[in-house]
Amino acid sequence: MSERAITCIGCPMGCRLAVRLTAGNEVDAVDGAGCGRGAVYARQECVCPTRMVTTLVHVAGRRAPLSVKTTRPVPKERVFDCLKAIHQSEPAAPVRIGDVIVKDVCGTGVDVVATMSTEENG
Amino acid sequence: MTDLDVLIIGGGPAGLAAAVAARKAGCENLLLLERDEALGGILQQCIHTGFGLHVFKEELTGPEYARRFIDQVHALRIPVQCGTMVLEVTREREVTAVSPAHGLQQFRARAIVLAMGCRERTRGALMIPGGRPAGVYTAGTAQRFVNMEGWMPGRRVVILGSGDIGLIMARRMTFEGAKVLACVELMPFSSGLTRNVVQCLDDYGIPLMLSHTVTEIHGRERVEGVTVAEVDAKRQPLPGTEQRFDCDTLLLSVGLIPENELSKSAGVELSPVTSGPVVDDALQTSVPGIFACGNVLHVHDLVDNVSEEAALAGRDAAEFARAVNAQRPDSGAEAMRVRDGAGVRGVVPQAVHAAKPACDLALTFRPAAVYRDASVVVRIDGAEVSRRKHRILTPGEMVKVSVPKAELLRHVRGKELTVEVAP
Repeated sequence: MSERAITCIGCPMGCRLAVRLTAGNEVDAVDGAGCGRGAVYARQECVCPTRMVTTLVHVAGRRAPLSVKTTRPVPKERVFDCLKAIHQSEPAAPVRIGDVIVKDVCGTGVDVVATMSTEENG
Repeated sequence: MTDLDVLIIGGGPAGLAAAVAARKAGCENLLLLERDEALGGILQQCIHTGFGLHVFKEELTGPEYARRFIDQVHALRIPVQCGTMVLEVTREREVTAVSPAHGLQQFRARAIVLAMGCRERTRGALMIPGGRPAGVYTAGTAQRFVNMEGWMPGRRVVILGSGDIGLIMARRMTFEGAKVLACVELMPFSSGLTRNVVQCLDDYGIPLMLSHTVTEIHGRERVEGVTVAEVDAKRQPLPGTEQRFDCDTLLLSVGLIPENELSKSAGVELSPVTSGPVVDDALQTSVPGIFACGNVLHVHDLVDNVSEEAALAGRDAAEFARAVNAQRPDSGAEAMRVRDGAGVRGVVPQAVHAAKPACDLALTFRPAAVYRDASVVVRIDGAEVSRRKHRILTPGEMVKVSVPKAELLRHVRGKELTVEVAP
């Protein structure tokens, strides 16, 4: 049994949720939610939290960095591993918006794609 | 002097959406002027996701959101001139601009859309004691340095103000290897969106210090630290609560101000509450034929709302230009005044022509404080025309109210429309 305090992001209320977790990391009870979305959010956030990752990569021969994103959210605890892997990539120009920069980043099954093209702002 | 039907000043999200809407409304002779070397405005440096949920039903990054509109501008063959700075706009709608490519240019436009966006408040507006060391930046400047130029402004960071750009930069700096020590907010609540507080601060264990401020900046050549103190209800620092943070960078996220130098040169009346032009429901300013939209009109939270508002301004500007071309006189009907009621700040638009509404009337404002379980009530000359209950209202989130077209038609001779927060 353990307790976690998190803030619901379902709406501007920002309810402070007290989440009780079982030994198996299952949500046992959620206190403090103003509506049904709180419990759903607590379940997602405590059992399998995920985040989109957006960052920059260096393109060979280009001064300005290139912005990239994961195509889907990755597990939260893998965010910094993913950042490290993305930062090690150095694609060659030209890059088009949507081009895959890192395939299956850190074995998450999620690709990293360019969110801009190299001919812009370069 | 070049004659135009519609001239759009600014190629950020507002200018792009206005140009697209003006073209779609049938305007053939239009031009968009942009000061930077590329279109997209501030979106180009906002590489995080969260844009477009309303307009495109997808979560896009800033550059991707901009690209959608830039592609439309090109597909519609809308003439664009980048690297062009507008120097003056007159009441007669004559515009002077300069650029390396074309030198000095003059335009006469039947309608103008102001879409110049806003600027960040700087250290000078806060009067924080201390020297003038390097390492104090506005959050948006740091965002441009990191995301577009590829430079890190520092390694150990304190953020003053909890505006959305500051929160986003807390995460960006963390992702790029810096240590963010704290986000310090003068008010007892964050001025940013809840999801940004959670996903940019809480996720990385960055403390949000509410009712605190920076009372001194240390360092001669470079920032060496800042002193942070708690403040009382009157926002005055409390003696004995000071603590020092050793840092090399202070980022400021302490508010945005619509950039209206050009509007002033044209004699456009500005609102002391929004710092933007006073407009009617067609987003027309006090100068006939000059329209305003986006952050130059009032500071928005979401770009989706900017795009929607700007489309209205673009369409109305095209309509105005067509009316001028056809020598059609203005209806001249008296407009209804819009007033901020209790708990409400900066309703836009400030005037409404109820006689022939094209659609339901959209009003936006910011609550003056945090209200729980309160209603937003709209009245015309005392008669209630709209009431909606909200579980929470905060100054950090702009509120949109809609008044049905039918209600406006019922109050054609109305004199005053009020928006208020009622318990």
